[in-house]
Amino acid sequence: MSDLLDASFAALSDPTRRGVLEQLGRSDASITDLAQTFDMTLTGMRKHVGVLEQAKLVTTEKVGRVRTCRLGPRRLHEETAWIDRYRRLWDARFDELDKVVEELQRKEKVDGHHDRA
Amino acid sequence: MDTTTERDQAAPMSGGTADRTSERELVVSRTINGPARVVFEAWTRPELFERWWVPKSFPISLLSCEIDARVGGRYRLVFAHEDSTMEFFGRYLEVTPPSRLVWTNDEGDSGELITTVTFEETDGRTLVVVHDLYPSKEALDEAIAAGSTGISAMPESLAQLDELVGSLGEGEGRP
Repeated sequence: MSDLLDASFAALSDPTRRGVLEQLGRSDASITDLAQTFDMTLTGMRKHVGVLEQAKLVTTEKVGRVRTCRLGPRRLHEETAWIDRYRRLWDARFDELDKVVEELQRKEKVDGHHDRA
Repeated sequence: MDTTTERDQAAPMSGGTADRTSERELVVSRTINGPARVVFEAWTRPELFERWWVPKSFPISLLSCEIDARVGGRYRLVFAHEDSTMEFFGRYLEVTPPSRLVWTNDEGDSGELITTVTFEETDGRTLVVVHDLYPSKEALDEAIAAGSTGISAMPESLAQLDELVGSLGEGEGRP
């Protein structure tokens, strides 16, 4: 389990690989398609897909001469969903904090100078 | 009457960040529109803290909030969600107004999770950085797997939050 998490974090640390996952979220694609979309060599794309495959984020299947890639059973879940949720919680929390801080400052101003309501 | 504070200068930096910066660390940051002195107060005075720690949009309430923000002082937060309650508690290791707060999170059983918050003021605004250091890589992995992050996030029973927050964040097809 931990090794899989490690592999996932490593896999997701690269913007091209995140892009590939997004792309595969829309539709399956061959390595050739992906290489074209991301403007890189077949070898380069094979490597990226290999990393994603190791993390079980992507599965591939070779039919004839074409290797088709699709999202793996784990997808982005666990890690990214969790980090995302964590960030959103903090965003909401910081929004409230901003309001409290703003109000405190307004009070200070009012208390400080009564000439300006 | 009403001062139209549309936080014009705040706009570019209002978005926060959240990252797992290492095997054992989580870091969240955001710039708050106010001086460090005021922001620090909002973190250390219970009557202020309880107003923002649980965002209003969350299906949770803070039943009680005790904060004794002194070195060695303790805090205890009790949350309620539906029929269950959950407590978070620990003690302050460092209290340096208005720039730094460090506390322990003692409710877990996998060793000590330390939270460090720094407040850095520039031009009347304050960059807040919340840093969670887990006792081990395994402890953070487990927290992630369980969907929980101690006091910095929310009780684990909030798995449903995922949906709620998701709908708030993405908002597609929702009013």
